[in-house]
Amino acid sequence: MTVGNETTVFYRNLRWLRFVDAFGRKGSTALDYLGGLAELTGQAVASVFRKPFYTQEILHQMDETGVKSLGITNVTALFTGMVLALQTAYSLAAFGGKLFIGRVVSLSLVRELGPVLTALMVGGRVGAGITAEIGSMTVTEQVDALRAMAVSPIQRLVTPRLIAVFFMLPILTALADLLGILGGLLIAVYELSITASFYFNSIWNQLRIADIASGLGKSFFFAAEIALIGCYNGLNVKGGAAAVGVATTKTVVAASISILVSDFFLTKLFLAL
Amino acid sequence: MTTPASPPPAAAVEFVDVRKAFGGKNVLAGASLKVEKGETMVVLGPSGTGKSVLLRHINGLTKPDAGQVFVEGQDIVPLTEEELAPVRLKVSMLFQGGALFDSMNVFDNVSFPMREHTDMTPEEIRHRVAEKLEMVGLPGIRKKMPAELSGGMRKRVALARSIALDPAIILFDEPTTGLDPVNAEKINELIDDLNERLKATFVVVTHDIVSARAISDRVAFLHAGVFEFVGTFDEAARGAHPILSDFFRSCGFPAGTATASIAASAVQALTRDGARGVALGEENP
Repeated sequence: MTVGNETTVFYRNLRWLRFVDAFGRKGSTALDYLGGLAELTGQAVASVFRKPFYTQEILHQMDETGVKSLGITNVTALFTGMVLALQTAYSLAAFGGKLFIGRVVSLSLVRELGPVLTALMVGGRVGAGITAEIGSMTVTEQVDALRAMAVSPIQRLVTPRLIAVFFMLPILTALADLLGILGGLLIAVYELSITASFYFNSIWNQLRIADIASGLGKSFFFAAEIALIGCYNGLNVKGGAAAVGVATTKTVVAASISILVSDFFLTKLFLAL
Repeated sequence: MTTPASPPPAAAVEFVDVRKAFGGKNVLAGASLKVEKGETMVVLGPSGTGKSVLLRHINGLTKPDAGQVFVEGQDIVPLTEEELAPVRLKVSMLFQGGALFDSMNVFDNVSFPMREHTDMTPEEIRHRVAEKLEMVGLPGIRKKMPAELSGGMRKRVALARSIALDPAIILFDEPTTGLDPVNAEKINELIDDLNERLKATFVVVTHDIVSARAISDRVAFLHAGVFEFVGTFDEAARGAHPILSDFFRSCGFPAGTATASIAASAVQALTRDGARGVALGEENP
């Protein structure tokens, strides 16, 4: 009997230990990840001010990450603006919602939806692209080849991408804000028979520089998150082509989550300022 | 009164009791080896015995857990990534798959080290690239992308890139792996030829005995993380070292003291001076 009891107790403890162990492992993996990311951030930022400057590579990356994302971010913004206008008119109909369309559309776009949706779109497109490219360079030893040729992979691969996304995402966001407001205008004029001048006037009276600044300010943070997560996951691919696929998926998930979570804290921060 | 004796000239590469473990597995367990200037040292051993890991210690891509690695007399283990830069300019590496940058064409790949580390004019670079591509027997493919090249050509372009800055030491990671016999033979000839022309030290990691016979001045046999044998290829083929003869046998060569000359000749038969090799065999007494 006692033996049986001891065995049961032993296994019960073992189960707990396993749980604690698994929990600890998960936690330490997460901490490793954050630590690695922080280290990469430091090195990449330090490399921004160190020679050599890969101007050509930065311009190339601006084209890849910025110019080539215009389509996806602009379409997203245009239709978001249109939907916002429709929904506002519908849900605020009882309160004379039509009058507020310009304000609601422009405020929600400029403060929140423009930066976040643009960042999510770019995070998916550009973040995944960065991980796939750097990841395949890692598994084919091209990153090692850079090091073997006394070229810093961080300075050569990470920093140009960081700079490019850092400057392109706010530009994409500003354009998205504009396009979204124009989308709202289309609906306002053609569906809700509001005049364009009324729509613009209500925006003009409502929107402050601070709204625009807080929206664009956020997008700088989102840009850094996208570029650094993309690069970090790419540089840390271990294995072959399948591992590159896994890392790419991980980038999209991690970038999206970090954009949404940091958006909350940034919003709080900017409201407190 | 007494002048201190000048230290003996440093070896090109020296491993002193190098230890490295990955995930609890001892890959290098106290490996020591000296590679003299100008020689071609072939590190032999079955796949997965840590030969490539050993090679990556010479340019600091991998750091040992313990032990010292000297490159031309300088211990490179304590050096940081930045301090390693001058070492890496002296020591270039040919990776197993070539590791060409697949976003760049052949010209940009070969000229990459020159653009990064020299202030050569575009004209000088063009001239130098042409010269290096000619050395590896691939003139006139400057505009091609790596994806358009065969495996053998990719390796030769990578070789051209690794000799771009006239390094003193060149590391070869499995130079003939994944190539058909004809292309492997071409690479062997190229390595032999370059060794004569460049007067550089070559450290070649391979499990290809034919290649080892063709290019080596000396071979070192890596087994269970230590060097079990260091000497010329003929000594290796003749020698009675049990593990080494097992390896030779597993590569399709009869081994052991009695049949060692057959092993040597069989290898020779497969290499350039094949005619002489066969003449030494038992079939032609």
